Amino acid sequence: MKEIAIVGYQQSDAVSDAGAQNEVELIIPVLSRIFEQVGITNAQDVDFVCSGSCDYLQGAAFAFVLGVDALGAVPPIKESHVEMDAAWALYESVLKIRMGHADSALVYGFGKSSPGELPIVLSQQLDPYYLAPQWVDTISLAAMQARMMLDRGLITERDMAEVVARSRRNALDNPHAQLKGDVTADDILAEETYLSPLRRSDCCPISDGASAMVICTVEKAKAWGKPYAVISGIDHIIESHNPGMRDLTDSVSTRKAAENAGMGKGKVDVAELYAPFSHQELILSRALGLGDDTNINPSGGVLAGNLMMASGLSRIGEVFNRIVAGDAERGVAHTTSGPCLQHNLVAVLDKGEVA
Amino acid sequence: MSQPEILNQAFELGFTYTRSTGPVVGRFLTELKKRNIVGIKASDGRVIVPPMEYDPDTAEELSEFVEVGQEGEIISFAWVKHPREAHPSERPFAWAMIKLDGADVPMVHWVASDSEELVSTGARVKATWSDDTKGYITDIACFELV
Repeated sequence: MKEIAIVGYQQSDAVSDAGAQNEVELIIPVLSRIFEQVGITNAQDVDFVCSGSCDYLQGAAFAFVLGVDALGAVPPIKESHVEMDAAWALYESVLKIRMGHADSALVYGFGKSSPGELPIVLSQQLDPYYLAPQWVDTISLAAMQARMMLDRGLITERDMAEVVARSRRNALDNPHAQLKGDVTADDILAEETYLSPLRRSDCCPISDGASAMVICTVEKAKAWGKPYAVISGIDHIIESHNPGMRDLTDSVSTRKAAENAGMGKGKVDVAELYAPFSHQELILSRALGLGDDTNINPSGGVLAGNLMMASGLSRIGEVFNRIVAGDAERGVAHTTSGPCLQHNLVAVLDKGEVA
Repeated sequence: MSQPEILNQAFELGFTYTRSTGPVVGRFLTELKKRNIVGIKASDGRVIVPPMEYDPDTAEELSEFVEVGQEGEIISFAWVKHPREAHPSERPFAWAMIKLDGADVPMVHWVASDSEELVSTGARVKATWSDDTKGYITDIACFELV
């Protein structure tokens, strides 16, 4: 099987409101930077392009076509789109390269969540007969999950506050982060509840922005002469759409996906976990069996800024950045989709040979 | 100079089409109209409410319906201090996972309560019906503390 390398990653700042900027205007600067990083001119220089976005965020059908227009798709390019986080666009691109249909791919994701009422918009992706007509929002579902964990003594509110405080402190070193600060767990615990048992700080912010990645075969990465990280394993598993049928205090699908991706074959220096709520980081780190020797969410994670449809790709990009910078030799990136960690993707990244 | 007329169009977010709900979901919704609540037996014998068409573990097609109680127990809940416009209540309320008597799996619905302090995990609740039942999940107007 062909080894696949990540050779470039860029993201915009996570901002609470991009104002009059539209999705295309969010993507273009990110694409310009990644073309420069990889040393290519435009999308014509890769074999395949795949994007992730959500029509429900834009409020229009086939809205992702605007994103393709941003690329300059003439002469025609080979292109695909997932109505999912761009981490799944990466997954499709990995398959495309493994099948021998491409040697390189550009992957990008974008979302402008600020114009709508995101938790209510996301309620419409739930079961259309039993849940969507009730307009039960994603924060409320996560709050019920958190209470289950608290009731069973699996976590404490202080554990959750510690996750938030570490995110805010780690984000001080992340120039793209939306929420950062030198705060303590006591500061967080002093806040009133927002959607009990969650405090506002337990929830990721609503953010606008985009991110992009270029992957290719290891041979091509060497030919381009770029530092790279190898995607040594990637898998994704989805659980039932009925939250009542799942053990919400665990993430079985994350654990299985990590096993299938070969996470256990070596030590994990760094992990970037897509946990939109503080208690979910605890579920994920336990499901993955991460210990003190793993640096968890050094970027601050999505509690510091949550680019819908791009934050999953960003988790993989953050691990790539640390491997290429020499801060880590091996890392794991996790992405989620759906309510209460329903669908999970795990990618394992290893240091490439020195170019 | 006269003000130009501003073009505008109402936009409703949601499913603007109808579809048949099939023998499982349809049966459940039809029973709601009659103010009954039914579940379905999973491959391992657990009673799932609302009923699912396929067993999530074995993918087996499910068909054995079971009538369940209209009272149950709160398995978990979230207290909504600031209801959103789309929410079913204008006053603070609780979303809850409720395991009905005779069911093995909790369902998501909402609980009316005058205060957060009155709601707790393990509390007993009872379904309250809409005046006009139509075959929707919202025929259960809410659950009330017993």
